[in-house]
Amino acid sequence: MKSGSNLEKVLSAGHFAVTTEIGSPRGSDISAIKKKAEYVRGRTDAVNVTDCQTAMVRMSSISVATILIQMGIEPVMQMTCRDRNRIAMQSDIFGASALGIRNMLSISGDHQSFGDQKNSKKVFDIDSIQLVGMVKRLRDERKMLGDDKPIEGEIPMFIGAAANPFVPPVEFRALHLKKKIDAGADFIQTQAIYDIKGFRKWMRIVCDMGLDKRCRIMGGLIPLKTVKMAQFLQTKVPGITISDRLINRLKGVPGDKVEDEGMTILCESIEELRSIEGVSGVHIMAIGLEHRVPEITERANLYPRPVLN
Amino acid sequence: MIKAERKPLEEIYNMVKGYSSILSVGCGGCTSVCLAGGMRETILLNKELSDCFMKEGGKAVFSVVVTERQCNEEYTGDISDLVSECDCMISMACGVGAQLLAETYESKPVFPGLNTMFVGKDLDVGLYQQNCRTCGDCKLGYTGGICPITCCSKSLLNGPCGGTCLDGSCEVSRDIPCAWNKIYERLKAQNRLDNILNIHEPMEWIDKGPGILVQQGYESRYMKEEKK
Repeated sequence: MKSGSNLEKVLSAGHFAVTTEIGSPRGSDISAIKKKAEYVRGRTDAVNVTDCQTAMVRMSSISVATILIQMGIEPVMQMTCRDRNRIAMQSDIFGASALGIRNMLSISGDHQSFGDQKNSKKVFDIDSIQLVGMVKRLRDERKMLGDDKPIEGEIPMFIGAAANPFVPPVEFRALHLKKKIDAGADFIQTQAIYDIKGFRKWMRIVCDMGLDKRCRIMGGLIPLKTVKMAQFLQTKVPGITISDRLINRLKGVPGDKVEDEGMTILCESIEELRSIEGVSGVHIMAIGLEHRVPEITERANLYPRPVLN
Repeated sequence: MIKAERKPLEEIYNMVKGYSSILSVGCGGCTSVCLAGGMRETILLNKELSDCFMKEGGKAVFSVVVTERQCNEEYTGDISDLVSECDCMISMACGVGAQLLAETYESKPVFPGLNTMFVGKDLDVGLYQQNCRTCGDCKLGYTGGICPITCCSKSLLNGPCGGTCLDGSCEVSRDIPCAWNKIYERLKAQNRLDNILNIHEPMEWIDKGPGILVQQGYESRYMKEEKK
C-alpha cells in the first residue's frame, strides 16, 4: 500500500469505487459541510474537498479535509497550483500527512479571473504534473523537490490527478494523461461525462496505451438539477459536452420532475461507465444535491460500500 | 520590444500638480516606437497637462526633451542643463528609463508618465501583443516556438489544464487560443511531438532583486562586480 487510504484499498481490491465532493464554506461556519458530510457518510469510499473552486475564497481544503477526518469520513484533499508556490505546497502536504490526510488530487485550478479576487497574482510556480511528481518524491523517496536530504517522517499519500477526455484533439488528452501517470498519478478523476460515446472513444485510446493498467480511472459525473444548469454546463464550462438531445429530455418532463430526471440520467450513466473497459469507479460531484447521494448509490447498486481493513 | 501605454491624464496631473516647472522626458527607444513616449506623445502630454493646470487655476512651465534611449546613462546624462531648471520630471520611457532618470538626478522627483506593459510584437500600427515574459529560461525550443509562459494563461510547462474549451479557446476568454493546443498542432505538423511527451521539470525561476546580465565575452571586465 502506498498510502493505506480506504480509497486505495477499495481500488486495489478491484471494487468499483465511488467518490463524491463537498465544497468548502465561504467563511468560518462549518455547519453546512457537516450536514453535507452526514448525507454522504458511508455512501462513498472517500469525499473530495475542493480547493477554492472557481477561484472564490473558501475555507482551505486542508482544514475541511481535517474536519471530515474528525467526523470519521475519509477526504481527498484537492490542491491547485494557482495559489501556492512549491514552498507552501510542500509545507501543506507535510501538514496534511500529519493530520491524517491520505488522498490528494493535484489540479491546475480555475483561473483567478473567474473568482471574487480577479486581480490577484497567480502563482503556478509548478504545474499539476510537477505537483504529482513532487508528492511522489516525498512519498517514495522521502525527499523534497531539489533537495536530497531525507525529510522527517513519511508522506503516505494516494495521488490523484484530473483528466479532460472531450476536448479535441482527444489523442492529445490521452498523451497528456500518460504524462500524469508517468509523473506518479495513482488515480484519475475525469471532467463530468455526459457524452458516453465520446468517453468510450477516449477510453479506447487510453486502454490501447495500457494506461488503465497503470492507474485507476474514475469517471466524473454531475447530476443535472435544472434545464438552466444543463444549458450553463453546455455553453459555459470548458470541456463539458452535453447534447441537445439530453437537454430536450430534461425539457420533456414537468418542471418539478427535472431533478428526478437528472438523477435517472446519472444512474444510467453510472451503469454505462461500469461497462466500459478500464473504468475503475465514478466520482459524483453532486453540487447542491449531496442529500440525494444515498439514493444515487442505492439506485446504481453502489451500496453498501466495501469495508476493508 | 517593450510596449507601454500612457497613464490616465488625471493620475499624472495628481502627481505633478504641486510643481511649477515640469520637464517631460520622452524616449527615442521602445516607447517611441510603440507610440507612447516619443516626441509627439510627450508634447501632447504637456499640452493636456497645461490645460489641466489652467482649468484648476494653477500655473506651471512645461518643457520637453527626448533622450536617445533612457535606459543608458550616457543619454540620460545629456540633459543635465534642462534638468537643473526644472523642479520635477515626467518620464515617458519604460520603467527602466524612469528609474535611471531618477538615479541620474537623485535630487529631482521623477514621475512615470507611462505604464510599462510587456515585451511584445506588433500586430498592426498601435496594436501590440505580449509574447515574452522575459522569464530567463527560454522554453521555445521544445514548444514549437510558442511561449507557454506567456501564451498559456496559467504558464503551464507540461501541457494544457482542464480549461480548454471545445472550440480550442482558453477558459479565460474565447478570444485567446489554448497555447497548448497550438503547441501540440505545430509540433505534430513538424513531426516533433516527442518534445512534449516527457515531463519537464519545475522551472528554475530567478526571482531575487534586480537581475544582472553579463554578456558573453565581457565576463573578465565585470568579474569584480560579479563577486560582490
